[in-house]
Amino acid sequence: MKFRTYHEVTGSDASAIGPQVGRQQQRIEERLARVGRLVGVMSGKGGVGKTYVTAGLALAFGERGLRVGVLDADLAAPTVARVLGGSGPVAVDEEGVHPATGRGGVRVFSTDLLLEEGAPLRWHEPDTARFVWRGTLEAGALREFLSDVVWGDLDLLLIDLPPGTDRLQDLAELAPGVAGVVAVTIPSEESRRAVSRAMRAAREAGLALLGVVENMSGYACPGCGTRTSLFPGDAGDTLAAEFGVPLVARIPFTPTGCPTLPVGDLAGLSHLLHPGAP
Amino acid sequence: MKFLCVDCDTRMEFAERAVPGDGTFAAAFRCPACGRTIALLANPMETRLVESLGVQIGGRTLDEQPLELVRSTLVGRDDAFVEAEPAGEPARAVQWSGEALDRLARVPNFVRGMVKRIYADYAREQGIATITPEVMDRARSDLGLEEM
Repeated sequence: MKFRTYHEVTGSDASAIGPQVGRQQQRIEERLARVGRLVGVMSGKGGVGKTYVTAGLALAFGERGLRVGVLDADLAAPTVARVLGGSGPVAVDEEGVHPATGRGGVRVFSTDLLLEEGAPLRWHEPDTARFVWRGTLEAGALREFLSDVVWGDLDLLLIDLPPGTDRLQDLAELAPGVAGVVAVTIPSEESRRAVSRAMRAAREAGLALLGVVENMSGYACPGCGTRTSLFPGDAGDTLAAEFGVPLVARIPFTPTGCPTLPVGDLAGLSHLLHPGAP
Repeated sequence: MKFLCVDCDTRMEFAERAVPGDGTFAAAFRCPACGRTIALLANPMETRLVESLGVQIGGRTLDEQPLELVRSTLVGRDDAFVEAEPAGEPARAVQWSGEALDRLARVPNFVRGMVKRIYADYAREQGIATITPEVMDRARSDLGLEEM
């Protein structure tokens, strides 16, 4: 049998999948047109305090008078809304879905606002071969969080990325205007190795590396203020040198339980908004 | 995706879609030259795969709703969303039959507000005064709504 193939048959296909995807992308661009700067917060591994740092950065920038939003891209282990004090339900109107408002007026959106208390991330799906579309669904959720949440006018939208490298490529493709990513590490050699891999993956995904935050950089005694070492290593300095980026902040562990990052100690804050600024 | 009527060497045109509610999807395509019609029948896995992209086979007939993919696929809490009334002129009231309300009640709360608004908008556009299960079936077919 002889017949023409796809490109030989002229005219667009009836489903117009390409234009449908294009429209999705256009919606993201329209929404993010009101966001001054989009910055991802990443790490190569869990447990380094990435969410704590994201919330701390949001509050610190908010204290400087900036309008800040936080998108929780850690769909399966969402915590940043709770850390910031944002809660649901969320309102839906013709504009889209409105984010929760957390401490300091930070706008936050997260699956934590949508899931039952304690329930794992779960999708309605056929029982077999879930791996086939789970990644696509998660990327689709991130797409909708960018395009359908009414972020409004923001100076800064922080994306709290999940540990590892899974969402880096999605972020680069969904939000081509993203300014870049900040990598969070703890001082240890193990963390350095994992975060180094993730930073390399981010760079390969086309994301600019804006800086490194070293979290749990020593223990600050709440009584006397003495700072002592918590983990051996100098991952923050090493990663900053390896990738030629600034060490944005070195944050000591403080047993306060909430991300009250001392603004004055975050020497590199302005760099996140304006690379090249002192 | 294009469908070619090999006998006529003519690109077939999308005719209609059917969403039987069992997780599968069907779309009919017709040859404008000879009138032959074929149906694309997608199994639940294929249907979900397409849906997970947030696109619709045959083209989109309804504007994408806010968080449509998330709300129609995530297992979420009942009280996650509060639907606000549209601004401006109050929309013409649409009645719901008892059977239609029963059916709507079976839709998970997580997505019910969005589904209710879609059916009401459809009824207004079609000049339908009362939403019945038959109207819901027609809307699902016309709008390509799965699991709604």
